Amino acid sequence: MSQAPALEIHELRKIYAGGVEALKGISLDVQPGDFFALLGPNGAGKSTLIGIVSSLVNASSGSVKVFGVDIARDREAAMRLLGLVPQEVNFNFFEKPFEILCNYAGFYGIPRAEAKICAEQELRRAQLWDKAHTMARTLSGGMKRRLMIARAMMTRPRLLILDEPTAGVDIEIRRGMWRTLKEVNAAGTTVILTTHYLEEAESLCRNLAIIDGGRIIQNGPMKTLLAQLDVEGFLLDIDGDLPNVLPVIDGVEIRAVDGRTLDLAMPRTMNLNRIFANLDTAGIRVRSMRTKTNRLEELFVRMTGNKDEAA
Amino acid sequence: MSTPSRHPNLTALVTIARREITRILRIWAQTLVPPAITMTLYFLIFGSLIGARIGDMGGYDYMDFIVPGLVMMAIIQNSYGNISSSFFGAKFGRHIEEMLVSPMPNWVILGGYVAGAVLRGLLVGVIVMCIAMLFTEVRIPHPLITISTVLLGATIFSLAGFINAIFARKFDDVAIVPTFILTPLTYLGGVFYSVKLLPDWAQVLTHANPIFYMVNAFRYGLLNTSDVPIWIAFALMIGFVVVLGGLGLWLLKRGVGLRS
Repeated sequence: MSQAPALEIHELRKIYAGGVEALKGISLDVQPGDFFALLGPNGAGKSTLIGIVSSLVNASSGSVKVFGVDIARDREAAMRLLGLVPQEVNFNFFEKPFEILCNYAGFYGIPRAEAKICAEQELRRAQLWDKAHTMARTLSGGMKRRLMIARAMMTRPRLLILDEPTAGVDIEIRRGMWRTLKEVNAAGTTVILTTHYLEEAESLCRNLAIIDGGRIIQNGPMKTLLAQLDVEGFLLDIDGDLPNVLPVIDGVEIRAVDGRTLDLAMPRTMNLNRIFANLDTAGIRVRSMRTKTNRLEELFVRMTGNKDEAA
Repeated sequence: MSTPSRHPNLTALVTIARREITRILRIWAQTLVPPAITMTLYFLIFGSLIGARIGDMGGYDYMDFIVPGLVMMAIIQNSYGNISSSFFGAKFGRHIEEMLVSPMPNWVILGGYVAGAVLRGLLVGVIVMCIAMLFTEVRIPHPLITISTVLLGATIFSLAGFINAIFARKFDDVAIVPTFILTPLTYLGGVFYSVKLLPDWAQVLTHANPIFYMVNAFRYGLLNTSDVPIWIAFALMIGFVVVLGGLGLWLLKRGVGLRS
């Protein structure tokens, strides 16, 4: 018998009291063990979707199952399988991290003695053990984010949902959080991630869905979706100065950014050797080359038509 | 691997109650000291100074007469205030979401908060009772009735405070009910006088005040006297617990003020 999907969403709709239709019949499956990205511009419906899955928002219609357990029929069993790291900090600022984690475990029925052991493990993993007994309000933004991940892990969820967990944290902390999430996923937890850092999604996630205007507009393996991009962009750093007239290569768009940099847009199917040969003939020596844009960002912009969001 | 206890709901309920008690003790200067000071002033001014000129009330020394009412008033106000401020604070600070996404059933959330509020009511009640002992001799001829009244009264007003917090959208909404409803009902509920002193129409009106029954049941527990039959007081208190408890659970189930 095949295992039930970690998350199974069928024809999910949400119409808010004011008449705004946030979700317009979303269907989505996330397989056990996956590291899944849920992307979309602001207001696309991501947070509403996560809200419904975590039972903070009531669905207007449709169904949500977590490992085969319908949240409308057996909310308690479904919630026991789920861990949530919300977008906004939502712990009590007047409590201490150790207390926050132990209480959270208590809400899931985990005995205090066991919760204390687990809280120490999670705080150490989040590199917050030295802050365990200080007021949560004194933690930095990055520490608060790590504390929320540690809190969600207290119950060892089988499905972990993170709503923009790295928003506003510096790159060092972000990379530390990526390592943690990779470890968590490698240990068997299914992870669903929403993020505005698209390179984060590209480097962490195996599958993704793009949601826009309350609908899923793209859904599939990261590699397959990225393969849809027919054009790739590169920036070439040139040795010496560029000639006054740039070479013309069929199907390739070449533009000078400054006296020593070229902007190149070429079909994905084209052989780079051909381009380098043409440049060489024109007396242009390429010293180094870098990808112009994040590929997922390019896909995202094309799908949503929202350039501001990708910036 | 973290595994739930054999009684996960009980563990969760105890966790909420423990968190509430920790909060009460952490901010003791806001939760325990003010009622002690207020009630000391009541005993001093109304009991000792003015009471000496009033003489007997309902066949008892005025100080003895107001002790049950003042203790009950402190219990009611603190149970109500605890749950309304704590639950609304959790809503406002969004840490209520910790509980809403957990597998806890609604009755555990309600029960945990009510337990915390009742415990604060009891704690304040004991403090006020100890202060009363400095002014007069306190006896408890009916301990079972006394403790039952305290528990029921604290539970009723905890539930009322919870419902207030559910509907509240800002901190002002939490303060409106105590100011405009709870305090007048308490003062007009026979804390400082016997209902028999009132004109007939006012006596009838007073019988519509739930606090009147609690004060009298508690007074019966301490003084063996009451303006209403004790069984009516208990029947009404139990009725209030059932109705308010049911309403609280229904509101949680609907997600009113909590889930969009």
